[in-house]
Amino acid sequence: MNTTYNFAFFDEGSKREIRRATLKAIAIPGYQVPFASREMPIGRGWGTGGLQLTLSLIGKKDVLKVIDQGSDESVNAVNIKKLVSNTTGVEVTEHTSKATLIQSRHRIPEVPLTKEQILVLQVPLPEPLRYYEPSETETKKLHAEKEYSGAWLMLFEQIMKYGGMTTGADHPVLVHDRYVMAPSPIPRFDNPKMNANEALILLGAGREKKVYAVPPYTKVVSLDFEDYPFQAETFADKHCRLCGQTNVFLDELVDELTDETVYQCNDTSNCLEKLNSVGVK
Amino acid sequence: MGYVAVKGGTLAIEESIKRLKYERIQQGQTIEVEKIQAGMRGLIDQVMSESSLYDEALAALAIKQAEGNPEEAVFLLRAFRSTVPRKHYSKVIESRDMKVERRISASFKDIPGGQILGATTDYTHRLLDFQLMTETDNSVQEWLHHYLSEKSVQKLSGELKLPKVLDYLRKEGLISPCENNDREPDDVTRESLEFPSTRSQRLQVLTRGQTGAVTSFAYAVIRGYGDLHPTVGELRVGKLPVTVAPPTSEENDVEDDYYIGEVKATEVEMLMPFTVEKDYGKKEMEFEIGYGLCLGQNETKAIAMGILDHCLEHPNLEFPSHNEEFVLYHIDSVESTGFISHLKMPHYVTFQSKLDSVRKTKKVAREEVKNG
Repeated sequence: MNTTYNFAFFDEGSKREIRRATLKAIAIPGYQVPFASREMPIGRGWGTGGLQLTLSLIGKKDVLKVIDQGSDESVNAVNIKKLVSNTTGVEVTEHTSKATLIQSRHRIPEVPLTKEQILVLQVPLPEPLRYYEPSETETKKLHAEKEYSGAWLMLFEQIMKYGGMTTGADHPVLVHDRYVMAPSPIPRFDNPKMNANEALILLGAGREKKVYAVPPYTKVVSLDFEDYPFQAETFADKHCRLCGQTNVFLDELVDELTDETVYQCNDTSNCLEKLNSVGVK
Repeated sequence: MGYVAVKGGTLAIEESIKRLKYERIQQGQTIEVEKIQAGMRGLIDQVMSESSLYDEALAALAIKQAEGNPEEAVFLLRAFRSTVPRKHYSKVIESRDMKVERRISASFKDIPGGQILGATTDYTHRLLDFQLMTETDNSVQEWLHHYLSEKSVQKLSGELKLPKVLDYLRKEGLISPCENNDREPDDVTRESLEFPSTRSQRLQVLTRGQTGAVTSFAYAVIRGYGDLHPTVGELRVGKLPVTVAPPTSEENDVEDDYYIGEVKATEVEMLMPFTVEKDYGKKEMEFEIGYGLCLGQNETKAIAMGILDHCLEHPNLEFPSHNEEFVLYHIDSVESTGFISHLKMPHYVTFQSKLDSVRKTKKVAREEVKNG
């Protein structure tokens, strides 16, 4: 542990300030609370929002898990984990169910979260309306007035042009019937997991200096139309080539030997746990 | 496939860090921090200004660690800044109290106190000086000895405080007088920027902006994407005294203040001819001011800051450079370089998700063709 820095890197005043913004965010689900985002030792846009939340919340007894696009071993996940454990000395884990604090980039783990856990999501672009309105002053007004026709029109135009909604990750959601929110670029597959989740979900955007939250058991609905319902990515007839699971988000890989497309669990720790539990090697 | 699916990220990072160190020292030589501090004034000033942290020694260390890359050095210092609690705010500094080392006006030839060129590259010929290839500490010290014994130099070493050029214009009534605004500034590092911004917020974001970005935006203004034709009213470089009030004192007695040191700064007051509408649609020309102040000797940036300060005081959505969100959100070095470089991170999940959508639209299109 690096003791030349304060516990969890920040000075205590900074941590308290971030926690205050977080409490406000929890009190107003889906509302983006501005906060005095600090410069971090990792790049802006590399998860500094999530990292600041994690560092402001972490205590000595916490068990931390960090994932990046589903993987615990991804270089950026490793890097963030290293920084947190260097400055706090807390225990880290790859097991989703063992962690008390999970920082993730662009995935909600496959293993259902519990009320003892906090999920921190890293957010590159927190403003769901930015796509059609570049000005922050304007989008603030739109949120205040619950004026979301633009968000619906965006989806409507996609249907007109392409015959269906073409959002990739980051499909906008309506939180608690009030705020339209960017769920961060999680795949559409993960959107339904946000609804009435037992865990507290916090979202942090460091560069854009915003914190927002989905408290436990909050209603989260992906925007769609009656005749064009929201559709998650489909992996019909596909299964993980390692553990055989279906109904999980799969990575599409090319087998270099046979030149065939194969599929594999994106949530690597879940895949490993599955393999271990059935004793396959 | 790629470096996400593969186990071993930890090891890869460790090896990469070793490789980075190797690149820094591979020629078997190290550059002392003192040498950087002694010989890289320009880079140190730029880095301190963009980091908004005034400390030459730390800046030199950051430059060493960053192998001279300013973007990386600023990043290091800003991250360091986040670990230091803010214990004091300084008292208001009167820039009239600057110990001037250089001071020019492009508006008036004869200014009270005179023009002082000081140290500037402005009138050097940019020819590579090959003699510097063989410069030694000895030859440098010898030169110094001679130089410091010159009479003119000894005369200058005193403290030089000069009246402001703009005071003269105010007396003439060419600039409207303005009250001192000593309202406690909003600290953009403690409370995030919200719009419409206050002037103190704008000035802070501008002064810590990336030198190149601030300069380019201001250049766009005077080249055509803006409506300004400014003149440098006064540019001065010198040292400003910094004082803090004792934590216990309730009263504002200047005598009790602690002097904690001085910072070198560049201050610019730009003059902008401006048309003012008077009663009955009558128009009158007046001068307005754009203000630039940067830590260190950063003259181009300070001038550019003065131009942008004035632009943002007069919003005009026709030009991006007059739009506070456009300018203030995009000139920060750590933010812009961070987000651009984050594109190097794996985006496999998000890309897979987009791929799914793209395939769906292709499928829909194919079916439409089939069904006529």
